[in-house]
Amino acid sequence: MNPKFGVVVFPGSNCDHDAYYSLKKVLDTDVRFLWHKDKEFDKCDVIVLPGGFSYGDYIRAGAVAKLSPIMNSVSEFAEKGGIVIGICNGFQILVESGLLPGVLLKNSSLKFVCKDVYITPVNRETIFTSSINGKKALKVPIAHGEGNYFADEKTMKSLVENNRIVFKYSTPEGEVNDEANPNGSLMNIAGIINEKGNVLGMMPHPERSTDPVLNKTDGALIFKSIIDNLTK
Amino acid sequence: MFKVKVKVKRRKSILDPQGKAAEQGAKLLGFTNIKNVRIDKSIEFNVHSTDVASAEKEVKEFCNKLLANPIMEDYEITMEKVNES
Repeated sequence: MNPKFGVVVFPGSNCDHDAYYSLKKVLDTDVRFLWHKDKEFDKCDVIVLPGGFSYGDYIRAGAVAKLSPIMNSVSEFAEKGGIVIGICNGFQILVESGLLPGVLLKNSSLKFVCKDVYITPVNRETIFTSSINGKKALKVPIAHGEGNYFADEKTMKSLVENNRIVFKYSTPEGEVNDEANPNGSLMNIAGIINEKGNVLGMMPHPERSTDPVLNKTDGALIFKSIIDNLTK
Repeated sequence: MFKVKVKVKRRKSILDPQGKAAEQGAKLLGFTNIKNVRIDKSIEFNVHSTDVASAEKEVKEFCNKLLANPIMEDYEITMEKVNES
């Protein structure tokens, strides 16, 4: 079975083609674009909400995209257990739509940060991380102005207790500390999952770290985990 | 009809980067007395309805679902009844 991926295209998405390229050319999956105005989509195993500046980030990042017709279907798909991965702006859309808790505030530095960072998979038991194996940390780029994860105490407690923090910013050796935190996120959070474990939101861009020609491929391990889980 | 003004404010505990940048600007301009700058959003619109209760309900829902994110922002609503011309 070749897993079917659908990459949602919102007006202002700009990592949709990167995701498509990685999934098609590098990971050899069956992938198609899905238009945000479509109410329904062809049968897919995985939905990707890509990075970018959907609707110009008007009102708040992700606030208008959550109202796109396709998002109702994405919510239904997620409720039925379908796999959803939101990357960067996709993560912002997931928190705005309520599929994930919390909010992404402006980076504490007040600056847009675009660089390679390391993230450590603190939960390796998810469908997004199970094929990462021995690696202490993954090298993946970030490119965002609003990636500073924040949630109230109750939510944070529940995330920790239920092992829902999947990635934390870390050193290359996997050590989680303040120096490795690029945006001020609470507890160095780079990515979280929902209660069921089928929806992941993350600020770093795994799709920009898959092709060996770019000299970094760690991001592919996240997609590979999904593919392995779907095909095993 | 109601003329509505909504003020969306970040919670005090949440960093307000624009306010912070403006405060730094004030410092650069030599205004040493200016502190605690906060920049809020002000939104104005009309509600074409004659019933106060239903108009209020609609405005609140609009605020909760789009204009403000209750996790990080509070909002204040002021409504003024005007005659439709």
